[in-house]
Amino acid sequence: MEFLAYFGDVFTPINFGLLLIGTIGGLILGATPGLSPTMAVALLIPFTFKLEPAQGLILLGAAYTSTVAGGAVSAILLKIPGAPANIATTLDGHAMAKKGQGARALQLSFLASAVGGVFGVLLLIFLTPVLAQWALAFGPSHLFWLAILGVTVIGSLDSSSVVKGLLSGCIGLWLATVGFDDIMGAQRFIFHDAVSGGINVIPALIGLFAIPQVISMFAGGRRSLDAEILTVERHPISKAFSEVFSRLRALSIGTVTGSIIGLIPGVGGQIAGLVAYDQSKKMSPERDKFGTGHPEGVIAAESANNAMVGPSLVPLLTLSIPGSPTAAVLLGGLLIHGIFPGSDLFDNHPDVAWTFINSMLIGQILMCIFGLYVAGLAARVAQVPNAIMAAVVLGLAVFGSYSVQHSMGDVYVMAALGTGMYFLERFGFSAAPLVLGLILGPIAEANFVQGSMIANATSSIGSYFFTGPLNIALIAVAVASIGYSVWLELRQRRHTAKEEAVAKKGAIS
Amino acid sequence: MTDLPRMQHIFASGLVSAVGVSVAYISYTQEPAAAYLFPRIISTVFVVLALWTFGKALLGRTKIGNGLVREAMINIAPGLAVSLIFVFWAAKALGFYTASTIAFFVLLSLYDPAPHGELKSWIKRILITAGFLVVMYGLFARLLNVFTPREIFF
Repeated sequence: MEFLAYFGDVFTPINFGLLLIGTIGGLILGATPGLSPTMAVALLIPFTFKLEPAQGLILLGAAYTSTVAGGAVSAILLKIPGAPANIATTLDGHAMAKKGQGARALQLSFLASAVGGVFGVLLLIFLTPVLAQWALAFGPSHLFWLAILGVTVIGSLDSSSVVKGLLSGCIGLWLATVGFDDIMGAQRFIFHDAVSGGINVIPALIGLFAIPQVISMFAGGRRSLDAEILTVERHPISKAFSEVFSRLRALSIGTVTGSIIGLIPGVGGQIAGLVAYDQSKKMSPERDKFGTGHPEGVIAAESANNAMVGPSLVPLLTLSIPGSPTAAVLLGGLLIHGIFPGSDLFDNHPDVAWTFINSMLIGQILMCIFGLYVAGLAARVAQVPNAIMAAVVLGLAVFGSYSVQHSMGDVYVMAALGTGMYFLERFGFSAAPLVLGLILGPIAEANFVQGSMIANATSSIGSYFFTGPLNIALIAVAVASIGYSVWLELRQRRHTAKEEAVAKKGAIS
Repeated sequence: MTDLPRMQHIFASGLVSAVGVSVAYISYTQEPAAAYLFPRIISTVFVVLALWTFGKALLGRTKIGNGLVREAMINIAPGLAVSLIFVFWAAKALGFYTASTIAFFVLLSLYDPAPHGELKSWIKRILITAGFLVVMYGLFARLLNVFTPREIFF
């Protein structure tokens, strides 16, 4: 119950003010199609440099939580998910709005998000210290395999192609080696002055997540957003409150599914929402109503995607393994303040860790309260033309990258990586494993070198890195995640081939 | 898969393979060898996966990724050109605020769906650009105290 000791820190004027700014800003950003939670958090990192570590994390955590929930506004009112996590919300949310129940759908969505979110953060509170202590048993070989596991899990589960996901992870690991080698001081892969000190993670994150979005907006040309905002009629909040808790099946399926999926590194909110929606539909006696504006569809999807937020930080805060791309960005935010996740965080910086986690708990409630009031404004912001959004994001990316070290080199790195990533994404490569490789690369290399030295002094490298129950378990999980993803990919391919054959047969006959 | 995406996939995976091979070559030939121990392992896996992808592209068996569409590329070209000029030249040469204001206005004019023939839409664009400049200046120069290179007006 250590977290209770730091509860008051959330309510200092600056901390609470930042929590409010992060929550309200996140709701508006989340409602804007094209601005993903990951990109929003990445663009916010430069604004945390001048803040204390706990304050910076409060801002980033609040933005993460509320961008996921804010995405429901445009999903319900415009039929455009604000983020991939809100895809399942569109199915019934927009249908409800079309029936004139937009306010009801929004209220149900924010209340379900809050319930799921609070449950997820409670899991984070109770699981994290236990796992952080367990992480103390990890030596260099285990930390090396953990870093590799982080890259392989995200590379295989977060990508549409396992090979390209792993290849993206390799590119990230290689980019992490650019610059000076820590042990020998040798210069490696310095092909331009801009990278002589290595690739700074923050400009890289901004470039990899923001610039492809900007270019995608350019790709649409001079297109106006042909989405009609549905009018929101008044609906008593007390009714929505009792309705959420009267539909306990959907709420609990969403909350539990989201929490479990959040704990698995690499599996994002998009999957959480869709799986919860599907399970809720299968278990409901009113399954025929799903897709026609059924409140249970909204409740299941929204409780799941917010329940995922807290648990996705468990592997990050305990083992330095980000559970999602946004958690990877948060890791970047932690590292720039000189804070390393794991037992160090809870032993040496408990004030930072617990104030941050507690703020996420309070943030869920604020998100629910403000969500209901900001929804109308957020829907208007969601209609801002792509041209403005692209130019604003580009400006923020350039200024944000420059502000990290006051270096034009960082701006060049941001632009080069971002532009390259857009083209790589067109060919099936993915930014998330690349970012993970870039962030976890130095951890993997430092522990590999340290482990090699220990191995040379004691046994052989092979026996040091490949024996012992923990090493074997970590390698087995990495191999299993790759194997599972390959199996999923093959099954999907067979299914697609079967569908194509049936369609062809139908066309011939 | 049509021929165009197939050729594009061959080109893209070929490029990635070339980078992988270069990284492996440098890793295995540069000294001190101890500094390249980790890059050697990474580059070996990198090359294997890249050549696997390249081989699949050559055989026309790449299923993931739609490649580049002509219409989208035509739309992207002017915006990307303006952005790259802004980042790699104008930001330093003209100053951040001047360059970003010009880039913002040009991008807005290029991609804003509002008609180009109406005075009202141009006034709107100028006002939005001015608003952008004020917000960026307030955020970065005042709030974060970021000193940007050579400013003409600030």
